[in-house]
Amino acid sequence: MSRALKLELREIDVSYGASQILFGVSIEIEKGATMALLGRNGAGKTTTFRAIAGLVAPSAGQILLNAKAINGLSPYRIARAGIGYVPEDRQVFPEHSVEDNLRIAKKPGAHRQVYWNLQRIYEVFPTLYSIRQRAAGRLSGGEQQMLVIARALMGNPELILLDEPSEGLAPIMVQQIARLLLRLREMGVTIVLAEQNLHFCQTVATHVTIIDKGQIVLRDKAENLERDAEITRRYLAV
Amino acid sequence: MNLPALLDCVSSSSCVVTQVSTGLIIGMLLFLVASGLTLIFGVLGVINFTHGSFYMLGAYFSLTAYRVTGSYFDAVIAGALGVAVFGVVFERLFISPVYNSNVLMQLLVCYAFILILDDVVKIVWGTDFQTMGMPATFALPPIHLFGGFVPPFYVFLTGLTVAAAFSLSVLVNKTRFGKLVRAAAVNRQMLSCLGVNTSLLYAAVFGLGSLLAGAAGALAAPVRSMSPEMGFSILIESFIVTVIGGMGSIIGAFFAAVLVGIIRAFGSIGYPLFTDGLMFAFMALVLLVKPTGLFGRKLA
Ligand SMILES: Nc1ncnc2c1ncn2[C@@H]1O[C@H](COP(=O)(O)OP(=O)(O)O)[C@@H](O)[C@H]1O
Ligand SMILES: [Mg+2]
Repeated sequence: MSRALKLELREIDVSYGASQILFGVSIEIEKGATMALLGRNGAGKTTTFRAIAGLVAPSAGQILLNAKAINGLSPYRIARAGIGYVPEDRQVFPEHSVEDNLRIAKKPGAHRQVYWNLQRIYEVFPTLYSIRQRAAGRLSGGEQQMLVIARALMGNPELILLDEPSEGLAPIMVQQIARLLLRLREMGVTIVLAEQNLHFCQTVATHVTIIDKGQIVLRDKAENLERDAEITRRYLAV
Repeated sequence: MNLPALLDCVSSSSCVVTQVSTGLIIGMLLFLVASGLTLIFGVLGVINFTHGSFYMLGAYFSLTAYRVTGSYFDAVIAGALGVAVFGVVFERLFISPVYNSNVLMQLLVCYAFILILDDVVKIVWGTDFQTMGMPATFALPPIHLFGGFVPPFYVFLTGLTVAAAFSLSVLVNKTRFGKLVRAAAVNRQMLSCLGVNTSLLYAAVFGLGSLLAGAAGALAAPVRSMSPEMGFSILIESFIVTVIGGMGSIIGAFFAAVLVGIIRAFGSIGYPLFTDGLMFAFMALVLLVKPTGLFGRKLA
């Protein structure tokens, strides 16, 4: 259904005021791949995502989507170019119902394709159907996480950014999200995942990139993570 | 204080009808201005201090349209739409750059335009008081109601405003536009990450608020005399209404506007020299009992 997008970050610098957070970050994500961006707390994962989503402008470097530069575009243009964003702090619209949260996000994909609608979302997330009238602010953490992933899907993205989707969730929820990500990958959606949970990454990711103190320190295929055990230990708080 | 006059009035049904209907149209005009103010504040987070000037522009636009076309209907359209267009341009050029600035900066920009627009009105329409007079459509004998007499225009104004209030509440609470507007009020960034052009949405909300102020000006034109300073006093009163109703609440603005209108109408008999004071006293009372206003919610 989706045509996947290829995303490329070239030598991105990002600063908040006087403090520089990202230093020449380069990442390449092939169409249809699932890439895990691993790193400790404060390493710069969220900042990288915010740069891709257009919420913070890089002071240097380029972000390319299918070879077209998207840095400097407003967030809504980036979203319409096919990038869905699931922020780490969820950011549901707390007073809107679950269904209204989903409706707000409804849009065709970058190629006008419409796969996701309320019905399909509810098939995949039966829990959301049963609580569709409830105010999103009153959901549990796991339910909110489901909702924001579903909300991102309502925009029919071809590439989806998920910032620590497994954080703070019960193992059963984590498994459910892992299954969903595998399904999205089968559908051809490109996935970028920020994570600290190594095990979760090994289940879902095809590629891993490790970031530390705003710099990329490792790029590899997920299957080689065992071989990189030494590096992994060094850069992830295990 | 003139208590006997007030008691006299309250015991005469014709006086009560006259004062209630006078209070209602004060309230309706206040609501139209205050609802735009509260909508813009609730969604965009800026206090549009030029809102009273928009009301003034609406009155003058409608005056000119009425003189040119002779149709009060055209005059209302000209006042409402003219000010809406003006508001959108104003928002894009002067307000959108200061969304993230502090309140003083926003106040400065707005205050500059209060002065500029007053001068523009003086240049275009002159410094003298101007009146539209009652349009021919409404130059009918007063309607006999509950033992008193009510001008037909008052009924029209009240009916139209109640319809506007109802439509506005449906728009904000039931439509997709309203859902987006309320989402933008909570989290603009996230909404734009979902593909919504929030700049456009902000301009639309500002335009809608301006439209309401312009419509108020046009509806006031037959019953108020116009002068270049007319924007400022309604601004203050609209603030009071907004605060009493609860910042950001449209229903709150409606009830607060009606209450303030009624207080003004009866206050002008019982306390002719203290009607403004009564309004402030009422506001203080409401805030003592409920600091967020009648329908206001606690800010997070
Ligand atoms: N708005 C901000 N202003 C200043 N510094 C920030 C801001 N947001 C994040 N940082 C800093 O940027 C660094 C990277 O943060 P972040 O990208 O959130 O890391 P991660 O998501 O990997 O935990 C941290 O040192 C954090 O303190
Ligand atoms: Mg983070």
